[in-house]
Amino acid sequence: MSTIAPPRPPAPAPSPSAPRRGAGLLLRWWRRLTAMRTAIVLLFLLALAAVPGSLLPQRSLSQNNVNQYFTEYPTLAPVLDRLYLFDVFSSPWFAAVYLLLFVSLIGCVLPRGLEHFRAMRAAPPAAPRNLLRLPDAGELGTPLPAEQALDVVEEELRVRRFRVVRRETARGPELSAEKGYLKETGNLLFHLSLVALLLGLAGGKLWGYEGSILVTEGQGFCNSFQQYDTYSSGPLVDSGDLSPLCVDLDDFRAEYEENLTAASFTADIRYGGPGEEGRRTTIGVNEPLRLDGDRVYVTGHGFSPTFTVTRPDGTSLEDVSVPFLPSDQSTMASQGALKVPDLQADGEDQLAIEGFFAPTGLVQGGILTSVDPRPLAPQVAIVAYSGYLGLDSGIPQSVYSLDASQIDRGSLTEVGAANLAVGESTTLPDGTTIAFTGFREFAAFQFSHDPGQVWVLVSSIALLTGLLGMLLLRRERVFARAEPAPGDGGTVLTLASLTRGSGENGPRFAALTDDLGAALTKRHGTRAPETGGPPA
Amino acid sequence: MTADQLASLSDTLFSISIALYSVAMVAFCAQLAFGRRTTRARELVGAGGPALPAPEPTPASAEDTRGRRWGAIALGLTALGAVAHGAVLVTRGLATDRLPWGNMYEFSTATVFVAVVAYLVFAVRTPGLRHIGLFVLAPVVLAMVLIGLFLYAEAGPLVAALRSYWLAIHVSTAIIGFGIFFVSGIASILYLVKTRSDERVAAGEEAGGLLARLPGAAALDRVAHRTAVFGFPIWTFTVIAGAIWAEAAWGRFWGWDPKETWAFIAWVVYAAYLHARTTAGWRGKPAAWVNVVGLVVMIFNLTFVNMVSTGLHSYAGVS
Ligand code: HEM
Repeated sequence: MSTIAPPRPPAPAPSPSAPRRGAGLLLRWWRRLTAMRTAIVLLFLLALAAVPGSLLPQRSLSQNNVNQYFTEYPTLAPVLDRLYLFDVFSSPWFAAVYLLLFVSLIGCVLPRGLEHFRAMRAAPPAAPRNLLRLPDAGELGTPLPAEQALDVVEEELRVRRFRVVRRETARGPELSAEKGYLKETGNLLFHLSLVALLLGLAGGKLWGYEGSILVTEGQGFCNSFQQYDTYSSGPLVDSGDLSPLCVDLDDFRAEYEENLTAASFTADIRYGGPGEEGRRTTIGVNEPLRLDGDRVYVTGHGFSPTFTVTRPDGTSLEDVSVPFLPSDQSTMASQGALKVPDLQADGEDQLAIEGFFAPTGLVQGGILTSVDPRPLAPQVAIVAYSGYLGLDSGIPQSVYSLDASQIDRGSLTEVGAANLAVGESTTLPDGTTIAFTGFREFAAFQFSHDPGQVWVLVSSIALLTGLLGMLLLRRERVFARAEPAPGDGGTVLTLASLTRGSGENGPRFAALTDDLGAALTKRHGTRAPETGGPPA
Repeated sequence: MTADQLASLSDTLFSISIALYSVAMVAFCAQLAFGRRTTRARELVGAGGPALPAPEPTPASAEDTRGRRWGAIALGLTALGAVAHGAVLVTRGLATDRLPWGNMYEFSTATVFVAVVAYLVFAVRTPGLRHIGLFVLAPVVLAMVLIGLFLYAEAGPLVAALRSYWLAIHVSTAIIGFGIFFVSGIASILYLVKTRSDERVAAGEEAGGLLARLPGAAALDRVAHRTAVFGFPIWTFTVIAGAIWAEAAWGRFWGWDPKETWAFIAWVVYAAYLHARTTAGWRGKPAAWVNVVGLVVMIFNLTFVNMVSTGLHSYAGVS
């Protein structure tokens, strides 16, 4: 098998006129691009281009890691950045490689498809002149007359699902048979599915979006970019078009094995349109909420300690809670900050609490650590600050931590620190008390909308089907010619077969010849003289 | 038996299978030593295993039957080793009450098992290929020793994200695909070595004895291609199944996580190999090199990506 690409007419003769020469050049480039050799090189380039995307930190995976890389390699990083090496998979050069590959693929596969379409409707081609020269060939003798002998061959081949055509030629009656058209169909299906898959991916990127948010038990969120902690969206997403869906978290449970391996995370939620009562369901790891086109996942969890802050004058904030982000998944030791700008009268110092939460705390030498991810003996270590929080300064800040530079600059000053178990409280010098009243769990939710996803799934199933057809089926042609045997009037059948595909054809051809010999014998009733062909 | 007993039985079986494979390797050496061609047989034995006592010179036909007998013994030992190897996985699975491929130790052990089984199937169906046994078993034993030394992890429960029937689907096919590609890569390496020695012979040099005993270059190339053709749809399915699982577990079906990226790279390289096999100018040695690159990528994905890079696939359990 050596057909590589559709046969192409020879290049036109060079012509003197400039536009024609330009066209000729284009044509030549097009041919080069759609040659299978180019495809191999482009495949290699694609593989190579993906490599830096896995070795360097990528923004799409973790902005933090990229920032860290920038601090570690301050001179190298900006250079790499200019080469898009932190955004490999959305970089122009990566796109260039796969777009070229797909242009090449379409240019290669479409002509082949047309040819295949024609071949499927045309009769199998005429037998080559010298059959014995084909890689698998042989001769069978039979006393049957030529036409009857070919009838037997035709019958045998039709049983084997060959398409058969008979022709009368100057050298005698002939038969051509072919099967395995599905192999080529599989090839086309596979390659075109790749294109469909790419389109599905592109659609998902253009019209898809994703937002994530931490939600403490008893709270909820609605699907809008303003609410999400972080979100990303495709260029064609209209933020007014987000599906109207709200989710409330009623209860979250994390379960652990004896050796503290996390066994399951489940969230009981209610979901529905804004203002609706909402339907109850439970989602968890590996089991997202799926609504047509939208999915809601639980991607993480943690604890939100609750505090009651009471001013000396008696005004208080009861049971305020804020998610503390886990800094160690195995013990769920978590860190966070509670900013209390509103409790004070105007002009007075604002209060902020920075804290460390341990679901199962252990204090050694005054230092609180966590020893178990389950909330068996929750404790917090807090540091209280007073001063100006700068929340109205217009500079965005994280809700989950205090701005260290404010502390360094002295706009926030430490006014107290304590380790607290549930129910304990501490009193600051100004008489404010901070009580650790308990905790709730929070869940990290991710809301995803990817309209291309179903396309991609359907394309990949088609791709796999095409691949199996292409690799497992065999394209096979069998030719037979019946010529009168010299002398006594019988017939000599010359048989030959040609396969496309990798399998060895010899044994199969031998089996076919044996079966044909047997069938001929059966038809005639006597043993047929047999002559072997050249070794297969 | 209690879970602990089963787990330690599994560990014992692991050592037993290494031992059986090693003995099989020696037997394969003996097969090569007494095998078909008799020229310069003696000095080669040490190449892959301990040297055997040099046999008395015997007539070629006697050497042939002795070689065949050694071959049968080697194959039998390999099969026995594979049984013990399979039992390693079964007892692990029983001890942990789950599929025994939840961490890198289990995954790699299972992959090597598939490679051995794939080789056995080939060797039984095509006796001519029994001669490459040494070259399959040597990396197998090496891999097993490395796995035992560096990847070993206590039997334990799975983390939440892995508790899904997709573990059975995605990881099983990954193991099978990898095991098959492993055999394919070895065949391509041997093909490259063999063509090189054929060229030397054609140039008038004396044939290296060990190489002279390998199956013909064309047969090796065919094995490499047939296994790759078998492995490619399996790998394709693995990637698709992984994407489906990722969609459920991580909230997106594809995110260029390092593991995903390298699975993709491997897939593209094997696609390039299949193309190369049917393209003029790439057939033969260049194509074989592409297949070897594919194997390197697969091994890199299993080792480096699991242990060094951090991604969502961080279930290796290697500390
Ligand atoms: C995304 C890129 C591509 C992938 C993943 C891919 C994959 C494959 C695979 C796996 C095969 C099966 C090989 C076999 O039968 O053993 C194949 C066959 C084929 N591919 Fe591609 N291909 C790609 C692009 C292309 C391009 C760009 C061309 C044309 C320039 C092309 C032309 C062909 C042809 C003609 C065959 C049939 C070879 C035969 O008859 O055996 N492919 N492709």
